[in-house]
Amino acid sequence: MNEKASLKERVVKTVLTIFALSSLLFLFLIFIFILIEGSPLFLKVGLKNIIFGFKWAPTKGSFGIFPMIISSFLVTFGALIIGAPLGLSCAIYLSEYSGKRLKMILKPALELLAGIPSVVYGFLGVIYIVPLVRNYLGGSGFSLISTSIILGIMILPTIISISFDSIMSVPKTYREGSYAMGATKWQTIYKIVVPSARSGILASFILGMGRAIGETMAVIMIAGNALKIPMSLTDPLRTLTGNIALELAYATGDHRLGLFSTGIVLLVIIMALNYIANFGIKRRSQ
Amino acid sequence: MRINPRFINRLMEIALNTQAFFTVGILVVIVAIILIKGIGNINLEFIFSFPEDMGRHGGIYPTIIGTVMLAILSIIFATPLGVGTAIFLTEYTKESMLTKIIRFGVESLAGIPSILYGLFGFIFFVIKLKMGWSILSGVLTITIMILPTIIRTSEEAIKAVPKNVRIVSFSLGATKWETVTKVVLPSAAPGILTGIMLSIGRVVGETAAVIFTMGSSLRLPTSIMDSGRTMAVHFYILAREGISMEKAYATALILVLSILLINIVAYYIMNRVISRYS
Repeated sequence: MNEKASLKERVVKTVLTIFALSSLLFLFLIFIFILIEGSPLFLKVGLKNIIFGFKWAPTKGSFGIFPMIISSFLVTFGALIIGAPLGLSCAIYLSEYSGKRLKMILKPALELLAGIPSVVYGFLGVIYIVPLVRNYLGGSGFSLISTSIILGIMILPTIISISFDSIMSVPKTYREGSYAMGATKWQTIYKIVVPSARSGILASFILGMGRAIGETMAVIMIAGNALKIPMSLTDPLRTLTGNIALELAYATGDHRLGLFSTGIVLLVIIMALNYIANFGIKRRSQ
Repeated sequence: MRINPRFINRLMEIALNTQAFFTVGILVVIVAIILIKGIGNINLEFIFSFPEDMGRHGGIYPTIIGTVMLAILSIIFATPLGVGTAIFLTEYTKESMLTKIIRFGVESLAGIPSILYGLFGFIFFVIKLKMGWSILSGVLTITIMILPTIIRTSEEAIKAVPKNVRIVSFSLGATKWETVTKVVLPSAAPGILTGIMLSIGRVVGETAAVIFTMGSSLRLPTSIMDSGRTMAVHFYILAREGISMEKAYATALILVLSILLINIVAYYIMNRVISRYS
């Protein structure tokens, strides 16, 4: 190798290293800037008064986001209650029951649908789900239950796709062994296949939760955005994401800082969920 | 009392089938509704004319231009960064602490919800770097958002290229970089392209990260320092402020069709690659 070529190789390697480190830099910048903007308020008002405070009146010095934290978790669990059984059944059906032909059509079709933008889900929720809830369950219709239904549908592709992959990776011999013992198909699924794919299925649920808790535009369209902890399924609510999106465009001063504090809390919750999900996926692959 | 396991088996089979078809049904109905309600309001004039009266009348031309500008510029920034990172991770290092940390960074970026990208882009690009609500602020924010997708798909594509081709290339006296650019990347190109298409699909449908960085001006953007409105943001404003249901459905249809089309192309390319290697 001549001198010039080796110099070129070194330059290339340096540039590529810088490129690779850029992702870390971006992550660092995102953390730092959200932290810098949001943390002074934690010091000024007090961590306790923000995280456990009930009153959000940012122009009057109250920055309590406790109801929003609770609401975010409520809609996320609501979404999971609707999305997890449907998504898992769909994944089981696709891997264990459907023919090869159907699988070839359904799997990509479901993944394509993951691309439908969240604003479209929100819009359809307002047009179809909200009036349904208003007429049959009462209230305004902009509610915990409407939001949970829409989020439950939105996380379906995530749950189906990841559960399906982990069910498919269960070795065929496990199933054959179970049939050889005289087990029915359902007994095989229930006692052998699903437990073997357990960590991947759990990871799909957690990633679905991550998507639901981070979802914004669909939620602000259908949640009603009230500043209280919802006491029934038909009560309106405001999530952490909704709080940021609703007020960021016009907030100034401490009010804006309050939205960044909201962002910090959201960031911490999301990072925790992702960490747990990645742990589950890694365990599966080992 | 013991229930016959064959009976339970049959029952569960029916239950699973019903649930699966119900699930697929929901998703089909969503697309059908958009298609049926939107199709009547779409024509060439809607696509190529300017909106009037906040979008109550007229078309969506500037929002299409805004969307295309955002998507193309973000891809121009994100592709070299993402593919470069993937090449570094696969070709230029062994698994080490550094690659672990970089992968952790990429995974973390992938998990951050778009509203937090919006929040970051707003404070960093719009306020601190004084770019204002502009296409540039939007592009830089979105570049970071789609970077993980491009890195992951490129990495998969590069890893799928057989080891032998590299060995042959080295044995012919090629340097590492020559091997990467002339042998590995051409083979991995379709896989990388899939990642790019999927990223474009995500950009087109994005709202939360775009609205706080690019703004929502309805004027036709003439430079990257102008504010602009994408189709998704336009649809959101039409729907949320109840400006016009017909226009909202029509915009939604164009939005959904373009995303589905982009994703279908992406999957088509991916399937061709899979069938080539297996």
